[in-house]
Amino acid sequence: MSAAAQDQESVVGGTGSTDEPASHPTWRFYVMIGLILTVITAAEVAVFYIPALRGVLVPILLVLSGAKFALVVMFYMHLRFDSPIFSGVFVAPLLLAVLVVVALIVLFHVLPHGMGTISGSG
Amino acid sequence: MEIAHHPPTATGLDNRKLGFWTFIGSETLFFGSLISTYMVYKGAAVTGPYPHEVLNIPVTSVSTFVLLTSSLAMVLALNAVQRGSRAGTLTWLLATAIGGLIFLGFQAYEFTTFVHEGLTIQTNVFGSAFYVLTGFHGAHVSVGVLWLLTLAALTAMGKIGREDSLKVEIAGLYWHFVDVVWIVIFTLIYLIP
Repeated sequence: MSAAAQDQESVVGGTGSTDEPASHPTWRFYVMIGLILTVITAAEVAVFYIPALRGVLVPILLVLSGAKFALVVMFYMHLRFDSPIFSGVFVAPLLLAVLVVVALIVLFHVLPHGMGTISGSG
Repeated sequence: MEIAHHPPTATGLDNRKLGFWTFIGSETLFFGSLISTYMVYKGAAVTGPYPHEVLNIPVTSVSTFVLLTSSLAMVLALNAVQRGSRAGTLTWLLATAIGGLIFLGFQAYEFTTFVHEGLTIQTNVFGSAFYVLTGFHGAHVSVGVLWLLTLAALTAMGKIGREDSLKVEIAGLYWHFVDVVWIVIFTLIYLIP
C-alpha cells in the first residue's frame, strides 16, 4: 500500500453519511497539512517585511491566505472527502459573502466620489 | 455497549451535520458583513490612533500560529476518537482548548494595549470596526473553548466513545471555521496596509 493510500485509510464514523463508512486521513496527513499551514503563515509575515515586494504585497497575501483557507476547509473540515452537499451548503454563502465584500469595496473605494462617499465621523 | 445509529434520511446524510454546515454558512455571511464594514471604513478615520500605529504584527503572528496549531490538535482529537483512543481524545481536546485560551490571552493583551494607546471602540471608525470584528471573533473562540472543555469532561467521564465521533467532528467544524475566519482577518486587517 502506498503512503498516499495509507493516508486515506478508512476509519469509522464521521462523514455525516448515515449508511456508509467514512474515509478520513491519518494523523500523519493532518500533521503534514499543519506544517504547510505554518510555512504559509511564516511566508505571509516574511513577505510583509520585504520592502521590495510592497508593489505586489496585496495579491501575494491574498493568494497565500486563500491557500490556507482552502487547506483548512478541504482537509481539516473534510469537505474534500465528504458529500458535495456539505460543500454546496458552505460555498454558496461563502461566494455571496465574498461578493458583498468586493461590491462594497468597489462602491466605496474604487468608484468615483458620489457613489459611496463616507463622511468622516471619527 | 449500545451504539446509537442515526436513522436514514432523504439525503443519506446525518441531519445534525447538515444542519451545522448550514449554520456555518450563515456564520460566513455574518463575518462577511463585519469584514465588509471594516473594509469600507478602512482609511476613513480622521483622528488617530491609526491602524499602522497600533497593530502589532509579530505578536499577532504568534497568536495566529497558536490558533492554527490548535486546529491541528482538533483534527488529532477527531482522529483519536475515531480510533477509540480515550486518552488521545482527551489529550488533544484539552490541547485545542488550551490553544484557544492562549489565543484569547493574546487578544486580551492586544485590546488592553490598544486602550492604553488611546484606541477604544468610540475613538474613531477604525476602533469601532476593529473591536466589533475581532471582538465577535474572540466571542466565538470563547464559545469554542467552553464547548471543547465540555467534550473533554464528558470524555474523561467515559461518556464520549468511538460511536460519538460525530459530536467531536461537529465541534471540530466549529473550531476550524473560527480558524479560517481568523486566517481572513489576519490577512485583511493586519497584513494588508
